[in-house]
Amino acid sequence: MPDSETQIKVNSEGTGIVTDGIKYVINPYDEFSVEEALRLKEKFKSGEVVILSIGPDRATEAIRTALAMGADRGIHVNDDSLNQADPYVIAQALAAAAGQSEYDIIFCGHRAIDDDFGETGAMLAEFMKIPQVTLVTKVEVAEDKKTAVVERDVEGGKEVVEVALPCVLTSQKGLNEPRYASLPGIMKAKKKPIEKKNAAELGVDTEPKLQCRQFTMPMERQAGKKYEDMEPAEAAKIVVNALRSEAKAI
Amino acid sequence: MRFGQRPKQSERLPLEKKGSNYGGEFQMSKVMIYGEIKGGKIKKTAYELASEGRRLADELGGDLGAVLIGPQSAQFAPELAKYGVDTVFVIEDSDLEIYNSEFYAQALAYVVDEKKPEILLISHSMQGKDLAPRTAAKLGVASIADCVSFELDGRTLVGKRPIYAGKCSSKWVSTASSQIASARPNVLETRENPKAGNVEIVAFTPDKGRSTYTTKELNLDTSGKVDLTEADIIVSGGRGMGSPDYSLLEEMASIFGTTATVGASRAAVDAGWRKHIDQVGQTGKTVTPNLYVACGISGSIQHLAGMGSSKVIVAINKDTEAPIFTKADYGIVGDLFKVIPEFNKELRALLSE
Repeated sequence: MPDSETQIKVNSEGTGIVTDGIKYVINPYDEFSVEEALRLKEKFKSGEVVILSIGPDRATEAIRTALAMGADRGIHVNDDSLNQADPYVIAQALAAAAGQSEYDIIFCGHRAIDDDFGETGAMLAEFMKIPQVTLVTKVEVAEDKKTAVVERDVEGGKEVVEVALPCVLTSQKGLNEPRYASLPGIMKAKKKPIEKKNAAELGVDTEPKLQCRQFTMPMERQAGKKYEDMEPAEAAKIVVNALRSEAKAI
Repeated sequence: MRFGQRPKQSERLPLEKKGSNYGGEFQMSKVMIYGEIKGGKIKKTAYELASEGRRLADELGGDLGAVLIGPQSAQFAPELAKYGVDTVFVIEDSDLEIYNSEFYAQALAYVVDEKKPEILLISHSMQGKDLAPRTAAKLGVASIADCVSFELDGRTLVGKRPIYAGKCSSKWVSTASSQIASARPNVLETRENPKAGNVEIVAFTPDKGRSTYTTKELNLDTSGKVDLTEADIIVSGGRGMGSPDYSLLEEMASIFGTTATVGASRAAVDAGWRKHIDQVGQTGKTVTPNLYVACGISGSIQHLAGMGSSKVIVAINKDTEAPIFTKADYGIVGDLFKVIPEFNKELRALLSE
């Protein structure tokens, strides 16, 4: 997805964003997912971390980055019918692809910072008929690897849950600090396998459940009044009073 | 992630495919909302959804229903009736005392499947983010998530939702029924519109055969601190705070009262001064308070995206070139450690009148 530094512009037809010159990166919440899976593998000194991604050709780079961080192999689902798909169709495709593998935990970013739907993880869990724990900030897998104790964000607090594996966990900021790929890691990643799949091979119905009708730029906010070279007490008084009498905000 | 020893679980597939339509023709034109109850109280978002649901139901020419889940939840029916709810569907099964994604999604999907509303509205709160997609998946549809406004095109719900953390906006429709959408908290207006608020008890017990998690601890902040996404007023501090000492901002928030809270920029969170749950911006929370006071925040593109929809913005920063001033309704250029004490003094004087 576009780096968070990107200035987003809507194209003239209102059908999407202008993609020229955009630098694409791994969704930051997905980086937390990769990191957490790697830490679990390191802690238990066993297992395999598989990167599953749906996207156009450029998604290969994102998968390679995750492999360079230390993941073992990749699965790249590349199909024109999926590249602009809604969360339902994406979750169906992920479920089909994941269903062809073995897994104990499927980590997903809790949302993507581009379309901001935040639905894929929970839908994937439902399609796989396994539990979901969303907005996860801490994961402790039991020694027997049958359960995990997981902390998640709730409004104004924390919830601690115990969940049987396999499950879907969606990563929230605070889960960990993702590592950077090392130079040897980058070299090794070039030789790691990435399996390619398309929608037909997965048997996914790509008929959309949601349709985007229009993209628009938000109303540009105008700069208001600025008080400079003024005594703090004076500026504070003017603004506080304006908040009451003019803006009616307090 | 897999650890290696687990037997192949391919029997989990094929996927259960639910019909995406209920035969095409609807007999009932109805809008339904899900009212969230937390800590024994119904949330304000329920009134926001009810007010909006009422408007949509009137336009469609039908009733507005509300779903409440959990023991003793029928007690909130009169409150919902005030905001225009005709019928409150209540599932009071004792297994539903604490929120659980699988069991609540089963319950909500059951009511929707039974009553077949054309539209279901859920709050895009943390619970809603967890519940809406799982419920939608059970019903064979997707949810139009995080909408800030709705309109009807015939009988089609059009949800307007910011994307790229508000850097642009988009309009979405559901191609399947029921049409499910979630609404950003604190954006839709509440409007009283008293209705009967009849209560219908729905007999439903969750299927425990489906694997889910069990809640071990639920540590809710009992200080009454309001969540950023639900706050009326946010006082936010950035790199310019210079240290984890946010007492000036805490003081300002406490003068504003219980609907105010303290937020932070990414710089402050990355410096370890504030917790990540306090972060406003593209990789934090998108907020829409009535008033946002940015203190020592320069205004990165990610931060501006996350708070740019606030109704009124005040910026206090010593750098007159800081981008935050391009979005602020009121800007004070100056040393925040000198300005904020004066600001708090004025505020206290005004609000104590």
